Amino acid sequence: MSRETVLEAIRQGLRRGRLPDEEAAVLRARLAAHPRHVIPARSRLPQSGQVALFVRQVEKEYGTVARVTDFDTVPDAIADYLAAQNLPPAFVLAPHPELRAIPWAARPLLRIREGRAEPTDLLSVQHGYAAAAETGTLMLPSAAARPTTLNLLADNAIVILRTCRVVGALEEAWDLLRAEWQDTATGGFMPRNVMLVTGPSRSADIESTLELGAHGPRRLHVVLVGNDAVAMPGDGGDG
Amino acid sequence: MRATSPAFKDNAAQALADTRLQKALVFTRPTFPSRRAAAVAALPEFESLRDIGRDIKDHTLANLDFYLESWAGKVERAGGKVHWCSTADEARAAVLAICQRVGARTVTKGKSMISEELAINEHLEQHGITPVETDLGEYILQLRREPPSHIIAPAFHLNREDWEESFRASHTELPADRVFADRRDILAEARARLRARFLAADVGITGANFLIAETGSSVIVTNEGNGDLTQTLPRVHIVLASIEKMVPTLEDACTLLRLLARSATGQEMTVYTTFSTGTRRPDELDGPDEYHVVLIDNGRSAMLGSTFQPMLRCIRCAACLNHCPVYFTVGGHAYGWVYPGPMGSVLTPLLIGLDKAGHLPNASTFCGKCESVCPVKIPLPGLMRQWRERQFERHLTSRSARAGLGVWGWLAQRPKDYRRVTQAIAWGLGRLGRKCGRFSSLPLAGNWTSGRDLPAPEGETFFTRYAREQRAGRI
Repeated sequence: MSRETVLEAIRQGLRRGRLPDEEAAVLRARLAAHPRHVIPARSRLPQSGQVALFVRQVEKEYGTVARVTDFDTVPDAIADYLAAQNLPPAFVLAPHPELRAIPWAARPLLRIREGRAEPTDLLSVQHGYAAAAETGTLMLPSAAARPTTLNLLADNAIVILRTCRVVGALEEAWDLLRAEWQDTATGGFMPRNVMLVTGPSRSADIESTLELGAHGPRRLHVVLVGNDAVAMPGDGGDG
Repeated sequence: MRATSPAFKDNAAQALADTRLQKALVFTRPTFPSRRAAAVAALPEFESLRDIGRDIKDHTLANLDFYLESWAGKVERAGGKVHWCSTADEARAAVLAICQRVGARTVTKGKSMISEELAINEHLEQHGITPVETDLGEYILQLRREPPSHIIAPAFHLNREDWEESFRASHTELPADRVFADRRDILAEARARLRARFLAADVGITGANFLIAETGSSVIVTNEGNGDLTQTLPRVHIVLASIEKMVPTLEDACTLLRLLARSATGQEMTVYTTFSTGTRRPDELDGPDEYHVVLIDNGRSAMLGSTFQPMLRCIRCAACLNHCPVYFTVGGHAYGWVYPGPMGSVLTPLLIGLDKAGHLPNASTFCGKCESVCPVKIPLPGLMRQWRERQFERHLTSRSARAGLGVWGWLAQRPKDYRRVTQAIAWGLGRLGRKCGRFSSLPLAGNWTSGRDLPAPEGETFFTRYAREQRAGRI
């Protein structure tokens, strides 16, 4: 069992030895440049169009979306959602500075715990890092402020996302991460875990028929914060 | 997994007589192609993405050693460990060693075809470790001790009654007279049962749809979320990945992801597409303390540089199974090993030997649908034909088949005689079958007509007709 045996077998199949330096340099340059391929035209829209496309796609994938103008109105939006779904007013909240700064006291009946999700949680509120309009996909990179279990364990998942963080294609969401993130362990941009989430959990394993709520959340609700027209600064306060 | 591929003919006969299986096949057959067609129609760039997908995979395979080394360096930097394994035995030993070192009693598993190939569950059980399949389809198959019959919809061959029976027989702590009003009740029972398993597991094992050289990541795609719970909750995460899962960059992965879900289930994107890179960071509240990738060759490197190299482009979407008339007539179990359908008919002889799997590349009508829907354009019928040629060369085909081919070959090299003989047959069968239009039995073709009727020819061959039309100036 060794690295060299596996690599040697591959080179034997390819009928060559180790790649010469100049060829390896070309490949290293490709990795560094990470060129884009064809990007589907459907997401080549002005930002307001991308936000509208994102909302349509989330709803097509059985998610729901609520739009609010600023963070101050988020507690009302969440309280309304809980009441409509007949859920108790309690949830686990991602310990993210943007979410902590929300004036939760405006709705004193909400019971909020910060941290990772526990199996008994009925609702989690996660911080949305970015989203790709193309397929209605949320990008949720793991961080101290964005625990992965919040994406998975609760029956109902809410993601709070600023409209300015909606981009067209998946590649553009990765570019945000490349530009903004620095991983504490590697110094690179890739966190331990990045979940791309498109709608609530589902399975078609029983008689090829779709049912929602397999192992992950049965419902996915996105609270979109902000006006399309207002550009907001980057995700600097994260971490 | 013990291969029953040598008994394909018997397996197929049994499958045809199995009314429950036939019911599931008839029910499912139209769903996959129509869902894929709708997804493809909604993405005008799909055809050009197929070419790009093929080129990305070809480029990666041509430089596989370089990309694996780049990737492994990144994995280690993120606190992970790569276990390089040439054979299935080495991979099984690597997984067991990790589980034993951490004192694992139960291991949860996300769906992984390479784990079927390695028969990892049996190996863990033999050493006192309990593996728990968490994908809904794989879970019921584990209860029933059955192998998957499809690479992405492992239990589609079961009907609702089968699910209810198995759950009643296995979940004996629940009231025996409980009612399953609809499919949702079956799902809810599995969800509740498996929650406890997720939380108790010491190790989580997943497969990988892609490995990414740029970042040192492994990627899984699931709809249920079981793979994510498997890799997030236990202390140790083990990824099983064969060497051809490699792609260079996130952009390359994005292109292949656009092809994968649409080709597989007709979704634009699976619900959870997750990139894992190393261990829990010091400030994180969740995630595994150990991250291992068991990297497996097991016959892949021998395909490089051979006629069969294009098969290494496969991204396991199952479009070729979903569009195959043979697969949807006999189901997946008849193929007798891990990978059924057209992709399996090419891959299985490579992995378990042509002597055992020789029937599989013959179980094709060569209609070409598989190649036309393959997201990375693998020439599946051409590769199956390669196997047929090799079978003939190695004298693995039956004497009567060889004799028949010999006669045909002799005749085909004499075009004038060939046309005369075929004209006579077409004329004769045309006259004999004029009344009812088909034959339910024919001399020397009893095996063929026992499963279907032969439509009667119209009385003349294509060549005769073509010559006549040409003389008349119509073409």
